Amino acid sequence: MLRRYLLKRLVVAIPSLVIASLIVFTLPRLLPGDAVQLMMEEKAYGKDVDDLRHKLGLDRPIYIQYFAWVGNILRGDLGESLWTKRTVAEELGMRLPITLLLGGLAICFAIIIAIPIGVLSAVRADTMRDYVARSAAIVGLSVPSFWIATLVIVLPAIWWGWTPHLGFTEFSKSPVAHVLQFLLPALILGIASAAGVMRLTRAMLLEVLRQDYVRTAWAKGLREGVVVLKHSLKNALIPVVTILGIQLAQIFSGTVIIESIFQLPGMGRFLFDAINQRDYPVIQGINLLVVSIIVMMNLLVDLLYAVLDPRIRYS
Amino acid sequence: MARYIEAVSTVEPVREAWALPRAARALLLFCRRKPLGALGGILVLVMLIMALGAPWIAHYVYDESVPGARMKAPSAQFWMGTDNLSRDMWSRVVYGARVSVTVGFITIALSTLIAMTVGVSSAYIGGAYDMAVQRIVDAWMSFPYLVIILSLMAVLGPGLLNLILSLSVLVSASSARVIRGAALSVMENPYIESARAMGTGHLRIVLRHVVPNVMATAIIVATIGLGGVILAESSLSFLGLGVPPPQPSWGAMLAGSGRSYMQRAPWMAIFPGLAISLAVFGFNMLGDALRDVLDPRLRGTGTGPAR
Repeated sequence: MLRRYLLKRLVVAIPSLVIASLIVFTLPRLLPGDAVQLMMEEKAYGKDVDDLRHKLGLDRPIYIQYFAWVGNILRGDLGESLWTKRTVAEELGMRLPITLLLGGLAICFAIIIAIPIGVLSAVRADTMRDYVARSAAIVGLSVPSFWIATLVIVLPAIWWGWTPHLGFTEFSKSPVAHVLQFLLPALILGIASAAGVMRLTRAMLLEVLRQDYVRTAWAKGLREGVVVLKHSLKNALIPVVTILGIQLAQIFSGTVIIESIFQLPGMGRFLFDAINQRDYPVIQGINLLVVSIIVMMNLLVDLLYAVLDPRIRYS
Repeated sequence: MARYIEAVSTVEPVREAWALPRAARALLLFCRRKPLGALGGILVLVMLIMALGAPWIAHYVYDESVPGARMKAPSAQFWMGTDNLSRDMWSRVVYGARVSVTVGFITIALSTLIAMTVGVSSAYIGGAYDMAVQRIVDAWMSFPYLVIILSLMAVLGPGLLNLILSLSVLVSASSARVIRGAALSVMENPYIESARAMGTGHLRIVLRHVVPNVMATAIIVATIGLGGVILAESSLSFLGLGVPPPQPSWGAMLAGSGRSYMQRAPWMAIFPGLAISLAVFGFNMLGDALRDVLDPRLRGTGTGPAR
């Protein structure tokens, strides 16, 4: 049964990937002709317009371009950056670990903050503490990360004359400083996700706490901690796992801003730079990589869901 | 038939007379049951008043330099201080509401229109068309939102119109998903079946029976979405890909040349961010409360930032 479910999910994921690749592929091709001219004049990519068109692969019939592009990708060839002249794959390889570490830490922070507060909020539903937690969650969703980041840099400087370090320390130079520099940006990135996860945890736990088997657990005279944490939370957390997939996309959006502010050389900042430099092969490469990671993670989350909750497999 | 019309016309004036107090009573009840939602509504109202009445509320024009008032702390003359170009921050924040309101409302209107068309047609036609549309929505939703907008803005170039267009295409995908769900449940109703049995045309069924019943859902999704759009607009403006200067946008006020002065003039960093947060907070609170009151079924079907 599990195997059939796996297969079904895989088959559904493939069209999503194909359509996503079509979107990634089409975007630069929406470029009007004079934009190619502009790229050449502004950034001096290529010798003339035809040369640049050739480099971008815009001089062949569209369907041949697509299949050639997909063929190259399957062989691991994402093209060459117009700006640095290095291959896109090489550039991405250098930056991916930084963004993965930042995003991973952000998810961890989100979970550490959100789940205890969500549980407390559900157990003490409609009390003062619950209202405070829920309002705090909406505040968390409303406050832009770039504002928090700005305040974190500006305010300590005024109060204590101290600023968080901006810039990047290589792992080889100082492993401790390398990891430490990610903590603050990851915490800021995690806040918005924490708010979403907390709200879902609360809603799901409330639903589970209403069920009969929980009443039975209470009736057996079990302590509150056991009923909530052992009997209820396990089932309540299953849907929470699924939105972690969605949160991942949001966190990547956040890295574009946070990496720029904290000057971390990751994928988000690379994308932002590539967009300012109109470096289309890089934009395409990043988009494709990010979407593939997210589709894969969503697939993984679905599979995890099926393992955690046997009911899913049979529906 | 004539008697029926007569009967209605005798009832009508009575209902007219009750209409206003009833609306007022409903508003009062909403405020009592959802105080936080009402607070959100007030914040939204304040923002609208600031946007519409900017020339009267602001003390200066947004790009006017006040001689000899460079980086002054908040005072009776400059409520929010002045920036590094001697401009009054209060006036800039007030005018900044215009950009957020314009982008927010036009984007949401456009995206709701797209989402209605896509969502309702997907639910009504069904079959292979529905499958195909939903797969495209899936793929679209798996992109991080900033990546799509940044890429679109890179292709289209910066500007207010391009910003609105890319944001609305983006927002419409997730709204279309929710509206499709609502339309599917509306179509289960017997009145759709009877309309069909009476030989009513497809277009008429959709416009007269499906669309009006999906409206409540669309309004809730739009209200919650507005907060997200304002947040996205400010993020893009912060990155320099939003509304071009000299139009003051809250996001842009936190970015650019001013950043190096913020440690000496923290009010430059505090007030624009506070304005964004309060505006988004207002729409999120109002949207949440509206959803609970109008359509509790939507609880937990998060769209947009309010999940």
